[in-house]
Amino acid sequence: MASTRIGRRPVATYILLIVMMVLFLFPVLYLFIGSFEPPSLTLGGLRGIIPTSVTFENYVGLNQQFSNPQFTGSLRGFYTVSGIVSLSVVVGSLLVNSLAGYSLSRLRYRGRRGLLLGVIVLVIIPFESIAVPLYYMLQGLRNTIEVQIIPFIGSAFSIYLFYTFFLALPVQLEEAARIDGAGPWRTFFQIILPNAKPAFASVAILTFIQAWSSYLWPLMTTSQPNVYPLPIAIGNLVKQQSIPNFGQMFAFGVILVVPMAIFFIIFQRWFIRSVASLAVKG
Amino acid sequence: MSAVHSLATPRRRFWTEGRTGVAMMLPGIGLISTFILLPFFFSIWLSVHTEFVGSNQPMRYVGLLFYRHLFSDPVARAVFFKSLENNAVFALVVVPVQSGLALGLALLVNRAGTFVKFCRTVFFLPVVFPMVLTSLVWKAILAPGPTGMLNNVLHYVSFGHVAPQNWLGDPHLAMGSIIGLSIWQGAGFQMIIFLAGLQGIPSSHYEAAMIDGASTWRQFRDVTWPGLRNTTIFVVMVTSIFALRVFDQVYLLTQGGPLNATTTVMYQAVTQVFQDQSVGEGAAISVILCVLIAVLSIAQRKVLKERTY
Repeated sequence: MASTRIGRRPVATYILLIVMMVLFLFPVLYLFIGSFEPPSLTLGGLRGIIPTSVTFENYVGLNQQFSNPQFTGSLRGFYTVSGIVSLSVVVGSLLVNSLAGYSLSRLRYRGRRGLLLGVIVLVIIPFESIAVPLYYMLQGLRNTIEVQIIPFIGSAFSIYLFYTFFLALPVQLEEAARIDGAGPWRTFFQIILPNAKPAFASVAILTFIQAWSSYLWPLMTTSQPNVYPLPIAIGNLVKQQSIPNFGQMFAFGVILVVPMAIFFIIFQRWFIRSVASLAVKG
Repeated sequence: MSAVHSLATPRRRFWTEGRTGVAMMLPGIGLISTFILLPFFFSIWLSVHTEFVGSNQPMRYVGLLFYRHLFSDPVARAVFFKSLENNAVFALVVVPVQSGLALGLALLVNRAGTFVKFCRTVFFLPVVFPMVLTSLVWKAILAPGPTGMLNNVLHYVSFGHVAPQNWLGDPHLAMGSIIGLSIWQGAGFQMIIFLAGLQGIPSSHYEAAMIDGASTWRQFRDVTWPGLRNTTIFVVMVTSIFALRVFDQVYLLTQGGPLNATTTVMYQAVTQVFQDQSVGEGAAISVILCVLIAVLSIAQRKVLKERTY
């Protein structure tokens, strides 16, 4: 492993590291500490980041504020929507895109090269630039959970990522299976799947981050609290012009980030690896 | 007989394989065709037709009306050009600053050690933060008045010389604030890409430079920087495309204001549809956005191809 040679002056390096770490960690600490403080302290300047007393009143207040599932939505409801949407998108896109990637990398049929080129071109198009026409196309599905799932299962980038990964797998594995009389389906599920865990992990993590954070699309397609995912419910508090209750906002923020944080702590290496895999795009 | 047989078998096999191949790719290719390719063409079609959300009037072909409106109507043009300008400013600041910061961080954490590993995690952490969460925290940090976190910190650091600012409400500061929090959130992503790039540089190159007695700076200039060439191009292009897509933080924190100081192309596209009820104009803006992104991507490919050796 090539390490760079700034290390000649380790003291300067470590001072820089500590300064940057404080800058990056500060907002995160502020969020967690602020959510357990009485509201007067959350927006009390620097005192807000020094934990003096612990209270759960922000969380209790938040729960009360969203106590009517019909008019305000409920915390459990937002969580359920976000959970169903994220899980469906992740599971669906793993299955659909890996099959497409395998087909493009290993099976021969007419038009395959053209399709591959099409996929690569589609990787460039970011969701934002097609959000408006897509909204218009799917108007009939507004205020449903399905509308938050369906457009995100197929992903040109995931297909391409699977494609490049499968291409790099040794063909001998599959040849052995084929000699044993396995068809493409059985080969895929019994030979490819167990050997492609890194690709599946990358796509799962990247898709989950995107689905769990998704804001623009649910903002466009939902207007009823019973189908709000977490980011929309939180966003409605954040964008208020009046002086907001920061304590409750922070508590809501913590609720949003906890599942992500747990995944992140457990699968940290995979998170970093999957983000690095984004560079295959170039 | 046997000759016919041996000819027929491969052909039949090819056919089954082809059919299976098509069956395997169909769901994925079908979905991306329906939800990426189709809307892409549909946006072009929508941009030359009138349709007002919720009205019962039939669609009517209007040609380039919406494009003309965007480029020549004094009011619409002022807002649209302001949004283009803001995206450009965002890109011109974020691309060098965030990429530079990310490269610096990558160099700092490209070594072994528990503390360094911890720092790497900390720098990467905001990347998994949803933008809504980043906006939420920074709304509190940037809160106006002496009790806002940033104002309070500046007050202490400057011994009372810096007056409290309205970070998100002052037209001169708002864009800078949006840029600042976006950099905080995005830098870790580029850091990881640069880190992967750094680890792809063979250590023998550094050893050779050391034997030649190259200084730290010379090593960076002659080994690290050329070695990161393709990584840097990738990061710069991804970040500029990202700069064209800015929406969430603007919508959540400033609603494009004050005085359109933070409005963006994407914010305009959405506002057209939801406030002004004009799908056509929103679609026209989307088409322009696609063109800009396509130009950037093609430029990237050109630059990458030119000097890959």
